[in-house]
Amino acid sequence: MHLLILAILIPFFAAALIPFLYRRIGKLNIGWFVLIVPLALFIILAMRIPDISAGDTIAATLEWIPSLGINFSIYLDGLSLILALLITGMGSLVILYSIYYLSPYDSLPHFYAYLLLFMGAMLGVVLSDNLLVLYVFWELTSISSFLLIAFWFHRKNSRYGAQKSLLITVFGGFGMLAGFIMLHTMTDTFSVREIAASISQYTDHALFYPAMFLVLLGAFTKSAQFPFHIWLPDAMEAPTPVSAYLHSATMVKAGIYLVARFTPIFGGTSAWFWTVTLVGLVTLFWGSFCAVRQTDLKALLAYSTISQLGLIMSLFGMGSAALYFGDGSDGALYGLATFAALFHLVNHSTFKGALFMVVGIVDHQVGTRDIRRLGGLISFLPITFTFAMIGSFSMAGLPFFNGFLSKEMFFTASLNSASLPIFSAGTWGWLIPVIAWTASVLTFVYCMIIVFRTFLGQPQLKKLDKKPVEPPIGMLISPAILSLLIVGIFFAPNLLGDHLLRPALGGVLPGMAGAAPHITAWHGFQPELWMTLGIIVIGGILYATLRYWKKVYSLIPDTWTFNNLYNRFLAGLENNSNTLTSFYMTGYLPHYFAYIFTFFVLVAGGTLVFTGALSIDFSNDAPVKPYEFLLVLVMMIAAVAILFVRSRLTSILLNGVLGFSIAILFVLFRAPDLALTQLVIETVTTVLFLLCFYFLPELKKDRIPRNAKIRNAAIAIAGGTTVVLIALSVHSGKLFESISSYFENSYELAGGKNIVNAILGDFRGFDTMLESLVLFIAGIGVYTLIRIKSGKEPKKNEDK
Amino acid sequence: METLIILLVGVLTAVAIYLVLSKSLIRVILGTAIFSHAVHLLILSMGGLKKGTVPLLGEEAESYVDALPQALILTAIVISFAVTAFILVLAFRAYQELGTDDLEEMRGVNDE
Amino acid sequence: MKINDVILKTVSKAAVLIIFTFGIYLFLSGHNEPGGGFIGGLVLASAFVLLFLSHDSETISDAIPLDFKKISALGVLIAFASSTVPMFFGQPFMSQSFGYFDLPIFGKTELATVTVFEAGVALTVIGVVVNIIFSISEDE
Repeated sequence: MHLLILAILIPFFAAALIPFLYRRIGKLNIGWFVLIVPLALFIILAMRIPDISAGDTIAATLEWIPSLGINFSIYLDGLSLILALLITGMGSLVILYSIYYLSPYDSLPHFYAYLLLFMGAMLGVVLSDNLLVLYVFWELTSISSFLLIAFWFHRKNSRYGAQKSLLITVFGGFGMLAGFIMLHTMTDTFSVREIAASISQYTDHALFYPAMFLVLLGAFTKSAQFPFHIWLPDAMEAPTPVSAYLHSATMVKAGIYLVARFTPIFGGTSAWFWTVTLVGLVTLFWGSFCAVRQTDLKALLAYSTISQLGLIMSLFGMGSAALYFGDGSDGALYGLATFAALFHLVNHSTFKGALFMVVGIVDHQVGTRDIRRLGGLISFLPITFTFAMIGSFSMAGLPFFNGFLSKEMFFTASLNSASLPIFSAGTWGWLIPVIAWTASVLTFVYCMIIVFRTFLGQPQLKKLDKKPVEPPIGMLISPAILSLLIVGIFFAPNLLGDHLLRPALGGVLPGMAGAAPHITAWHGFQPELWMTLGIIVIGGILYATLRYWKKVYSLIPDTWTFNNLYNRFLAGLENNSNTLTSFYMTGYLPHYFAYIFTFFVLVAGGTLVFTGALSIDFSNDAPVKPYEFLLVLVMMIAAVAILFVRSRLTSILLNGVLGFSIAILFVLFRAPDLALTQLVIETVTTVLFLLCFYFLPELKKDRIPRNAKIRNAAIAIAGGTTVVLIALSVHSGKLFESISSYFENSYELAGGKNIVNAILGDFRGFDTMLESLVLFIAGIGVYTLIRIKSGKEPKKNEDK
Repeated sequence: METLIILLVGVLTAVAIYLVLSKSLIRVILGTAIFSHAVHLLILSMGGLKKGTVPLLGEEAESYVDALPQALILTAIVISFAVTAFILVLAFRAYQELGTDDLEEMRGVNDE
Repeated sequence: MKINDVILKTVSKAAVLIIFTFGIYLFLSGHNEPGGGFIGGLVLASAFVLLFLSHDSETISDAIPLDFKKISALGVLIAFASSTVPMFFGQPFMSQSFGYFDLPIFGKTELATVTVFEAGVALTVIGVVVNIIFSISEDE
């Protein structure tokens, strides 16, 4: 098995091992063992950097369902490598952080098992080449995210947030699956690489655009794009390490990854360019706009994550225009946007991860994340403050931090797109830099809020639960590493650019890896610089005057929010399905039987009549002897008589008459095995009935209304007639040869002269084995029913 | 012969359906028992009746009756016994716990 | 249920012996004549049922110290385990084989692996049927 396939599976194995390990290790925190997994995977993946940056790719396949074209095939190129390194790298840092963050009263084995589950699933998403495998892992990330958000499941808000995220992301996932299947219908393959290679023949296909929008639906829901962003703020109920890991650094990037991965397939079309760019820009603006009004630090970070994801998304949209031009200077011009997107993808993970960890530290050390109660913490938490400042300033796009570089490139890309000569960008293109700049101003404002409202100003120690002190050193290691990265990337951006971003660019825009620019912090007095300066000035003014213009937010009525829409939709759905279900699920068994038989009569009988299959032909019949006729008559009378008897004993006896008569029929029809079995079974059944009826009440006259009786009789007669008609038609026409002559070789094939027994024991032995299993289960069921009574323990005299 | 048996199957099915639709749990159980009788006969008659001798190769006959339906029915008989036993005991225990065999009174609470 | 009927008890003892013999015969002859695991198992089970009915259940459960639940489980296990054996010889799951041997008293006899499988089925049937009847009759 290829090492990379193993890399996906290792976290799953580790997750399965945790419960066993947890019992063994005693007092030591299990997190230390878990930490080994992402660290080892990170090192394995990092060793691939030289190969990948040289332009190689690695592929491996493990057959799964080859007949359906579904194989466990993985593919590692620059794009996958960046994501995989983020997953394992951030994973290591977050696990290290969580060892100190979580309290020993939390259920640690659950936490780490879910986290490893997520890590494996996420690696699966970014490494799979096969769309269906990707889909499976995609939904697995949703499920593990659900489990992690609901980690403190005793809180109502956690459960609400978990459900919301699951519903929205899985809804999008289903859409995406439909899109994948459409792609398969078009191209007849599930492999992303093969689809990308052949898609150019199918751009006129009727399914091309539906598939594009469905895939985008999956991406937008997962990456919390407007208007599906509403699940992310509620997901903040998860423990902070989870928020840092899943809901800012990795899982929400899966949608972005998907867009990047599908750019070679759908990119270069007007619809893709505008949808991705506009949705991204609207999300960018709306996220930053909402972030400013938040008072909970984590909610603020959630909206800021939404906003930043929108930024990356819009950059991928802009970059897709390069595919229209192909290899050339124009292509390189727009391809810059994609490069910026990849760059910001990495940068965002560093500074947002650091910020989440800082907020986690504040929450952990002070007991609140409400900025109205915080302030002046700089004198108590100076180290934490430093990290907060580095992270925020980087996010705001200020110099000496990596955010500055990618933000500048973002402006360049948006200005380039404004003058795009295609996709009718001339009319609306100017909107792109305007929205980008406005949103960046708001970003600057909320970044300042994070730093200054929390750490500067008057300390309000009375409002705090605990006296703030710096956390244990272990909690500071991870944000420290991230802060170093933030600064380090600013001073040596091309180390990252040449080794990771350039090959990744080749993955998104095939053949354009060479167009990757050299990253520089200073490129003269260009419009981008003025935009940044404008942000600092206007943003500073807005921050200072925040309390005067904050009233803007109360202009939006609460009933119009998407959250409200979601809640109302969910409540309505539940009510309606409740009404609908209770309409026919009456809890009354005869009703259900009535549905079943009516349905049977309508469907089976209807099919028989309307397809013209009804045919009756008596010529093939065997002759009837008088005593046989008599026997059948007796049986009919006995059967009908059961309907009218009032006594239990008589009804049992009549049932016995039927059973034993059938045994006689079996003899007449040359079925000795059946006759024997039927005789014994009928005896035992009668004994059983007698035993049980000994305890059961006397049969009463069926007190059901007259019209119900008529209705039942009608259903019964219709059912009987349908069976007769179907049976006669089947008997009259033979559509294909009987296979029974095969079994007449039983002596040669199975060494038995009794054909029936040979079928049971040899030809169809599997059926027989499962049948005895069914019998066994029924026996256990009977025993359990009798022994286990409500509130009473089973009797102990059984075991001798 | 086949037509006669098919008619018998029809009568048994109608009786079984009527019993199953009634309110008393005991009748429902009787109905299912009769139902399995009907189905066994149906399967057997579908294979053709009296078309040869018993399916034992020791007979060394020209032709044998179809053995496959017989094998199916043998399985079905045993399974239907298990099912009958199970629901019989279910009814019996339900009566012990609830004091009724009336399905109308056994309806679940409506708030679910 | 306490039944004290001397005639019933005596007759049933004799009858049970005959039924047992018949059941074992049916089981063994199943390969070539009517019979087999199911039928053999059922007939044997019915012998136990007769014992339970004619005597009271305490007497019988003291005389036959078997847990029929375990017997049925054992039966399923045998049926399954015997089916997996061929896999160790590179054959598909559930392959059966047979051969003819000259045994001292019986002469030329066919021995088939399917008999083991059938024994499992028979044990399951016995265990389940007796367990069901016994559970109900014991419960009061």
